[in-house]
Amino acid sequence: MRQVAIYGKGGIGKSTTTQNLTSALGEMGKKIMVVGCDPKADSTRMLLGGLAQQTVLDTLREEGADGVELDDVMKSGVHQISCVESGGPEPGVGCAGRGIITSIGILENLGAYERDLDYVFYDVLGDVVCGGFAMPIREGKAQEIYIVASGELMAMYAANNICKGIKKYADTGGARLAGIICNSRKVDGELELLTAFAERLGSQLIHFVPRDNIVQRAEINKKTVIEYEPECAQADEYRQLASKIDGNDMFVVPNTMTPDELEAMMMEFGILEAA
Amino acid sequence: MSETKQEIAELCRLRDEIVESYPEKVGRNRKRHLLVKGCDAQPAIDANSRTLPGIITTRGCAFAGCKGVVLGPIKDIVNLVHGPVGCSYYSWLTRRNFARPSDSGKNFLQYCATTDMQESDIVFGGEKKLMQALREVKETLDPEAIAISATCPVGLIGDDIASVARDAEAELGIKVFAANCEGYKGVSQSVGHHIACNTLMENVVGTEAPDKTTDFDLNIFGEYNIGGDLWNIRPLLERIGYNVISTYTGDASIHDIARAPAAKLTLLMCHRSINYATQMFWDKYRLPWLKVNYIGFEQTAQSLREIAAFFGDDGLAARTEQVIATEMERIQPELEHYRRRLTGKRIILFVGGSRAHHFQHLCEELGMEIIMAGYEFAHRDDYEGRQVLDEIKDSGLSKVVKDLQFELEAGFKPRLSEAEVSAKQAELEHLMKYEGMIGDMSQGAFIVDDLNHYETGIAIRRLKPDVFCSGIKDKYVVEKMGVPSRQLHSYDYSGPYTGFEGAITFARDIDMAVSTPTIRFMTPPWRQADQDNESVNGKEAAHA
Repeated sequence: MRQVAIYGKGGIGKSTTTQNLTSALGEMGKKIMVVGCDPKADSTRMLLGGLAQQTVLDTLREEGADGVELDDVMKSGVHQISCVESGGPEPGVGCAGRGIITSIGILENLGAYERDLDYVFYDVLGDVVCGGFAMPIREGKAQEIYIVASGELMAMYAANNICKGIKKYADTGGARLAGIICNSRKVDGELELLTAFAERLGSQLIHFVPRDNIVQRAEINKKTVIEYEPECAQADEYRQLASKIDGNDMFVVPNTMTPDELEAMMMEFGILEAA
Repeated sequence: MSETKQEIAELCRLRDEIVESYPEKVGRNRKRHLLVKGCDAQPAIDANSRTLPGIITTRGCAFAGCKGVVLGPIKDIVNLVHGPVGCSYYSWLTRRNFARPSDSGKNFLQYCATTDMQESDIVFGGEKKLMQALREVKETLDPEAIAISATCPVGLIGDDIASVARDAEAELGIKVFAANCEGYKGVSQSVGHHIACNTLMENVVGTEAPDKTTDFDLNIFGEYNIGGDLWNIRPLLERIGYNVISTYTGDASIHDIARAPAAKLTLLMCHRSINYATQMFWDKYRLPWLKVNYIGFEQTAQSLREIAAFFGDDGLAARTEQVIATEMERIQPELEHYRRRLTGKRIILFVGGSRAHHFQHLCEELGMEIIMAGYEFAHRDDYEGRQVLDEIKDSGLSKVVKDLQFELEAGFKPRLSEAEVSAKQAELEHLMKYEGMIGDMSQGAFIVDDLNHYETGIAIRRLKPDVFCSGIKDKYVVEKMGVPSRQLHSYDYSGPYTGFEGAITFARDIDMAVSTPTIRFMTPPWRQADQDNESVNGKEAAHA
């Protein structure tokens, strides 16, 4: 079983990429579980066709620690992908990071990982803001980390920060950076920049996913692109991403950059003008 | 104690030896907390700074100071601890605070109330559970007020306990107030005392007026409140003719605290817990405080005389002398007895933020010699006197709670004008003044701030005290080294130690400790082997 976590800056398209990617892997016949680690609980919406998902933490709150059953919180989506949402508190209260730790612990106790699976995917909220969100990295829940990024400076800052998290826990958790996925924002020189960025990290740009409005249309219809328009070019992009990940064997402890180095690289590629 | 120059030089060397035995950086830090009087040109000491990681200290936390010491003893309220169950359970009745039921017939000191936060309360926030707990407390116990104390996770997840308190007060119709005394704040329990005083000033003090006032109205604040300390003091003051408006924290009622600004004078013994409130009393109500000491019969007598001098009434002065004479006559025979037995005994006092100073006088009155003294959580002014207050610079970590700034409350008529207080200050040695511990100690005194277990071991081995007075955290370490220990935190289930009667009780307890050889006869298992070897070697030696 390969355990994969998808990180990246907030709004970069982690959930969209994860669902399209897992959908393509499902099409290939892989057995997959997707665990959404975001209090918004929207990591499996397209896989489930918009089906409202009861989250692990809501169930814990309502039923108590002994009342959570796997069937209550795990739903089967397209290609029999098992979908789980960790859930979490309202904005501004409680501790969402602790919620993720609690939630994954419950799933383990319930035997969610003991089934016959080829992949577990964690779709983790935004940046690694606190210990809770680093949990899949820290405790070896995920061995392969893919970072969704674009050619925008903030996306690369976030990616670099996430790499710091991977590096910090490389010995304890054993997680490795497996590649950068570019979710294109149509920034000038984006492919070259991200290829160089990935190389600087000691990793690879595993796939460049072009920008296409079909993704939005599919999302509005609560479907992945693969289900919404299987023949379109964008569906093939996700299939390519899926097969590259399935065949990937490049797992590294990343070389992180200082902010100055990162900015110097942006300038080198003509994105930032020297002040 | 009177030390020769040579003895002082030896103590200096011991101090340096301790410093040098640490890693360099730790040694530099500890050096600032170790002082041999007469050794350094400038007797200054660092205090109220963070204990270095790896050092076994006896300090507590902000929660312990707030809930455990300052808010906990209020008898007619329920102290609700918002957090996991342990913080409440392990601070339950540990300080031996006593109280008799208040006028309302209520006394909740025996109760332990907590929200018992669970994992899902941490994840989703604990405000709803707190509100529910407040309702249950009101329903089942019907206290006069409820105080909420925060534990560490509450601060981490950001529960807004002040707004829950406001909502609960509106709904339940009793006073509900919240203290953000998360344990991780500050460097020791000291900051918790400050937080608690601020909370009381903002929510309780000045909200009620007393039924009657007289010319001789007092507050009795900070009498340590261990094992009934107040009950050795209050009757003396009432016999002399004072009217006690409020006592705190001994036998404390929330209503009396609310009425406290009506007094003419606040008596303050503990200079490191309720002193924050007495300072704010001055700012807001121009109510002065007098630094007193009821530990020791001479100290008690001196304080009683100074209180009488403050009021400047001949009748009070005469009755004060009568009370002192009667009490001294009563205790004199026992006093002589214990003085004979204790003279020359060497004692180490390591306790509190003010007790290590106040117990020194009693020890000296009993003929004992103080060879080392120190505080767990004092600030520099407790060592060096209030004149250093302006010099104290707060580091980013020590200042986690703000000093509330009060102006004289509009419409409040102080009992004495500022000019009258100033005039009295000129006459009275201790009116809003405190000279600190160091000034009272003799040359060669060893003073240690935040004493740790390593240094305790050295002090025991090298200074060879007859008795070591501290608290539960080092008591048994000391006794395993063959030296008797008395706790000045809980008085070891004895006390009270205040006033004339308390001086005798203390003398009796110390006498029992130093005269009972049991501890010295015990050979712990790890020494057994040495002893066997020694005796074997001894025999062989005799044989040869």
